[in-house]
Amino acid sequence: MEKFTKLISTAVPLPIENIDTDQIIPARFLKATDKKGFGDNVFRDWRFKKDGTLDADFPINKPQYAGAKILVAGDNFGCGSSREHAAWAIVGYGFKVVISSFFADIFKGNALNNGLLPIQVTPEYLKELLAGIEANPELPITIDLENQVVETAFAKAEFEIDPYKKVCMINGYDDIDFLLSKKAEIEAFEKERMVF
Amino acid sequence: MGKTLFDKVWDAHVVDTVDNGPQILYIDKHLIHEVTSPQAFNELEERGIAVARPDQIVATADHNTPTQDQHLPIRDEMSRKQLQQLTENCEKHNITLYGLGHKYNGIVHVMAPELGITQPGMTMVCGDSHTSTHGAFGTIAFGIGTSQVGQVFASQSLLLNKPKSLRVSVNGTLAPHVSPKDVILYIISKIGTNAGTGYFCEYAGNVFEEMSMEGRMTVCNMSIEMGARGGMIAPDQTTFDYVEGRKFAPQGDAFAKAVSYWKTLPTDQDATFDKEYHFDAEDIAPMLTYGTNPGMGIKINGAIPEKGDMTFEKALEYMNFKGGAQLLDTPINYVFLGSCTNSRIEDFRIAASYVRGKHKAANVNAWLVPGSQQVAKQLEEEGLKEVFEEAGFALRQPGCSACLAMNDDKIPAGEYCVSTSNRNFEGRQGQGARTILASPLVAAATAIAGKIVDVTKEAVA
Repeated sequence: MEKFTKLISTAVPLPIENIDTDQIIPARFLKATDKKGFGDNVFRDWRFKKDGTLDADFPINKPQYAGAKILVAGDNFGCGSSREHAAWAIVGYGFKVVISSFFADIFKGNALNNGLLPIQVTPEYLKELLAGIEANPELPITIDLENQVVETAFAKAEFEIDPYKKVCMINGYDDIDFLLSKKAEIEAFEKERMVF
Repeated sequence: MGKTLFDKVWDAHVVDTVDNGPQILYIDKHLIHEVTSPQAFNELEERGIAVARPDQIVATADHNTPTQDQHLPIRDEMSRKQLQQLTENCEKHNITLYGLGHKYNGIVHVMAPELGITQPGMTMVCGDSHTSTHGAFGTIAFGIGTSQVGQVFASQSLLLNKPKSLRVSVNGTLAPHVSPKDVILYIISKIGTNAGTGYFCEYAGNVFEEMSMEGRMTVCNMSIEMGARGGMIAPDQTTFDYVEGRKFAPQGDAFAKAVSYWKTLPTDQDATFDKEYHFDAEDIAPMLTYGTNPGMGIKINGAIPEKGDMTFEKALEYMNFKGGAQLLDTPINYVFLGSCTNSRIEDFRIAASYVRGKHKAANVNAWLVPGSQQVAKQLEEEGLKEVFEEAGFALRQPGCSACLAMNDDKIPAGEYCVSTSNRNFEGRQGQGARTILASPLVAAATAIAGKIVDVTKEAVA
């Protein structure tokens, strides 16, 4: 997993609530057996019109947001299906951070397992941030994971992250390494567990 | 202080606790399917790690399988390869696979309970958010991402923070046409799609105590639609009777021993929950959804709210409905009876009892998809296949089908589908498709009338 410490980037605003993982990556793109290429189809049915051409009105497609590594989205981001393909698609497109006022559980875990930082802020801060980006698409946003701070020229907010996950993100560790290091404990537990 | 059902099962599976961090939770059973497992197998191979406990894993093919002509080679190349990959991975790692055509094949959340793989007091995971279904047995069961599938392969464990506890109680007497699907759609319409996020839910009250196991599975299945990773119901005599005698259930003395342990699992009287909701059964009616998330539900003879926020307006535009309108009499060309929510024998029995002696409306394309080979077999044995055929319906072969429309079972753009599945998200059943979630009874009545009808006005079967 890629390490994450600090990021300064512009952001794309996506002020839609309850964005489910079917919107992030529709099921018809889940037939691949590797993790590659999902970025091409992120938000497929919102980014493209019915005739297959890009929808110039969809925020991600707007030239002023090109190259942004932060996605700022409405409440309850990532609800629905557990498909990790949603996290692969967002990372594959080039995002490193998603900011929202609320994340669905499974998506949040999937994001953290792929070096994508989900940052939960208050609804007020989210609103302010969205307005700020709207007013100035080139607004730089600083994400400082070490100090758990998200900051722009006009507003600063602290965010929470599980301390264990923070260490993983900063060092690029993942859970498999950790669980394998606990093999002896797991095997000892197995001897005692109830099996019928 | 007393313990909840969830506490008891969770605490019995904690291997270790990381300082200021998550806990290591031991996983008893791991279910896998073709869509969310291949990248996890790749990960293991790249790292040179073996599957730790292949005998605690069961695989099925369900998400990406055709529901017609399953004996023929799959036409779509990517789908065919994905299924081949599952077969190869299972062979290589000695994992039991109930592949396409196998007598135990079916939707993962239908076949595992049917075979007695799901048992009270267990921890179960699967790379599928509707794994919450198995909580109907008093099991901690939840959906995981593919990285976590890899972690369970490698260690038979997961690193997790213990969720908070939530209890939803429903007491009273349900009206005759109200099914378990209506109960859960009603609950979600009241508390919303993220009320359960960060929580594990327990359903309590006489309504759930009196439900069949099939009904309890329908309820627990949709826990994720209110954000809860899982939902549980205390195991009782109904649970024990369902599990007893099934293929992988404990037998003889082992079963008796298991039951005496399972009886200790229900929540203690003095246990407390972080959050509680109470509902009266009398307030619940057959439900329909009008929008693009499962929380946007109304009573069948009710009206869509007049106004709402941006999400509401966006949803109505997508669905082509007007605020304040009723859904009754809306012409419907597609009906889907299936999915891990409602494709069990009991769901088909209800639908069959309604369609018996009637005939499908000419405008309706109805897809009836049994949840498993076992359900399909039972439909034949009970003569229900014949009932459906006489009413103008054809049964398909088991699979997830039009619930997520990964295979060819896609609802055309702009069409409404009255569906017994679990999600009415934009494009869920096909690009531009408009989903109305409902119970098997409402789906059957829609298929007969060719439009939405008020089932509460009909005689009770």
